[in-house]
Amino acid sequence: MAAPPFSVLAMLRFILTRVSLIIPTFIGITLLAFFLIRLVPGDPIETLAGERGIDPVRHEQLRKEYGFDKPIIVQYGIYLARVLQGDLGKSMITQEPVLNEFSALFPATIELALCAILFALILGLPAGIIAAIRRNSIFDHGVMGISLAGYSMPIFWWGLILILLFSVQFDLTPVSGRIDVLYYIEPITGFLLIDTLLSDEPEAFWSAVRHLILPTIVLGTVPLAVIARMTRSAMLEVLGEDYIRTAKAKGLSRFRVVALHALRNALIPVVTVIGLQIGVLFTGAILTETIFSWPGVGKWLIDAIFRRDYPVLQGGALLLGVVVMSVNLLVDLAYGLINPRIRHTR
Amino acid sequence: MALVEIENLSVEFPTQGGIMRAVDGVSLKLEEGEVLGVVGESGSGKSVTMLALMGLIPFPGRVRADKLAFNGRDLLTISDKDRRKLTGKDVAMIFQEPTTSLNPSFTVGFQLTETLRLHEGMDRKAAERRAVELLGQVGIPSPESRLSAYPHQLSGGMNQRVMIAMAIACNPKLLIADEPTTALDVTIQAQILDLLISLQKERNMGLVMITHNMGVVADTAQRVMVMYAGQIMEERSAADLFASPQHPYTAALLAALPERSEGGRLATIPGVVPGLYDRPKGCLFSPRCAYATEHSRTVRPALKPWAGGHIRCHYPLGDPNRSAAINHDHPVGTEAAS
Repeated sequence: MAAPPFSVLAMLRFILTRVSLIIPTFIGITLLAFFLIRLVPGDPIETLAGERGIDPVRHEQLRKEYGFDKPIIVQYGIYLARVLQGDLGKSMITQEPVLNEFSALFPATIELALCAILFALILGLPAGIIAAIRRNSIFDHGVMGISLAGYSMPIFWWGLILILLFSVQFDLTPVSGRIDVLYYIEPITGFLLIDTLLSDEPEAFWSAVRHLILPTIVLGTVPLAVIARMTRSAMLEVLGEDYIRTAKAKGLSRFRVVALHALRNALIPVVTVIGLQIGVLFTGAILTETIFSWPGVGKWLIDAIFRRDYPVLQGGALLLGVVVMSVNLLVDLAYGLINPRIRHTR
Repeated sequence: MALVEIENLSVEFPTQGGIMRAVDGVSLKLEEGEVLGVVGESGSGKSVTMLALMGLIPFPGRVRADKLAFNGRDLLTISDKDRRKLTGKDVAMIFQEPTTSLNPSFTVGFQLTETLRLHEGMDRKAAERRAVELLGQVGIPSPESRLSAYPHQLSGGMNQRVMIAMAIACNPKLLIADEPTTALDVTIQAQILDLLISLQKERNMGLVMITHNMGVVADTAQRVMVMYAGQIMEERSAADLFASPQHPYTAALLAALPERSEGGRLATIPGVVPGLYDRPKGCLFSPRCAYATEHSRTVRPALKPWAGGHIRCHYPLGDPNRSAAINHDHPVGTEAAS
């Protein structure tokens, strides 16, 4: 009964099973995105025309053009058929393909989301670990109290408070946007932090960093609270295990016992939680981007709701859904990497 | 110089209901290459005594002793750093549950080489070669291929062999085995015991065998220490103790062994081990002792030299004046009439 080798075939089978599970979810998202926005009152063509109003004949003509005159089920059928051919349609406002707009704005959202999750990890993991090894200390109670507050705080309120305090009161950080209007950075990767470094303007980089600070804190607060609490409880459980006593009996340093033998096992539930937080993160991004006028897909979607821009909403929701599902798949794979017991039973 | 010298060791844990004394005034000497059996019921303090020697009493437990020395080093004043150089190298320990005692996230090879690299300063290659040797010595077939195995891929018996390999990796002077066979199948139990004894003989290392199985002690130990409620009740050579137990508790334990019964119902010891709140004022065993007297219920006996060992009893079974002393002290036990 030697250790079975890490099987590529088993891995492939796992990925295929997971991908096949994505299909019903995918259909579900198209259904929701398509019908929910049509439940919202308001006619897209009237919104398009704006305050001036529109001539009824032209109105009817446009309805035909966009296919809104057909029965709703038929409309959905046409939409689904197009999506399956890779056509997400064009924005009714800008007449740009939805996919192009999404891919132009998505890096901004990713940049913000990555910074937020890094912020949450860099603070949350050590806070949880220290709270666990100093159980019932002032530090432990403090961390747990603050994280409960962070978890319970409405993102909208938290963002506005931070803007009031740091931007308005102390003038330390910019109020909104990704970078000062002074700079024009040619998008290469779409990530401003990288693009500004590639350009010859170091000032622009710092401007981008300063613009990132508040949105990162606002978006990272909930994941930070969740990660800190989860890390603490997972560490507490692991520190009581027999193998920790064995590690100490080997004469290992306290640091090695905690940071290697305990943390490696405590990370297993933490990684699961991080995976679940990815979906929450995108919801949070929509709010955060709106507060800080962050030019990402969140703000783009909110604007699309106000404009009744059906194709943008449908396409945007669908693309975000696909991103969340892919990230969850990756997290599941990572789970197998850090938990050998899972890896071998697959 | 004795390998282990413990004098008047106490280990206390503060609990919500007061101070819990897990070990109460234990004194013990162990020579190099000696095999000591430590027996007692669950909660009698046998494991905690040895954990204190290893320095593994978890916070907020308190260790106090008049003397606690290993191989001439005073463990009461030693720094944590120096102590870690001893722990896992000169004194090693294996535990009851081999499968949960190994870290599920690391390979057997990693966990085994970790000790070698830490204490012997070996590089990865050398440590791996030595690890294969060690796995072979503890009777694991095709050791090379086991280095990359995880604990969940091995059986309980195999995992205990891995634990033993880890413990003997740095040629310890003392190996503490805390109920090493309790969680294993009966057939595997015998194999693991044989392995421990043969390793002990080969390397002439001290071995402390903690168990609640009298049979294990009879097969392996040279000297036996019987513990009850945190105290040593009797401590003598194995042969003497099994031939003529001197403490009523030891005698009752031996009488309860199925292999010693003469048919009919198995003998039992009435009552339970005293807890935090009902710790007797006198002899700790007196509430359950058939020979208890007014005197033994109010005055706690000291650990005194007796019949080639030590005993904590007012009325040792081998004492010729025993009946007279018991009758004189107002007997209250069930055997009072006799």
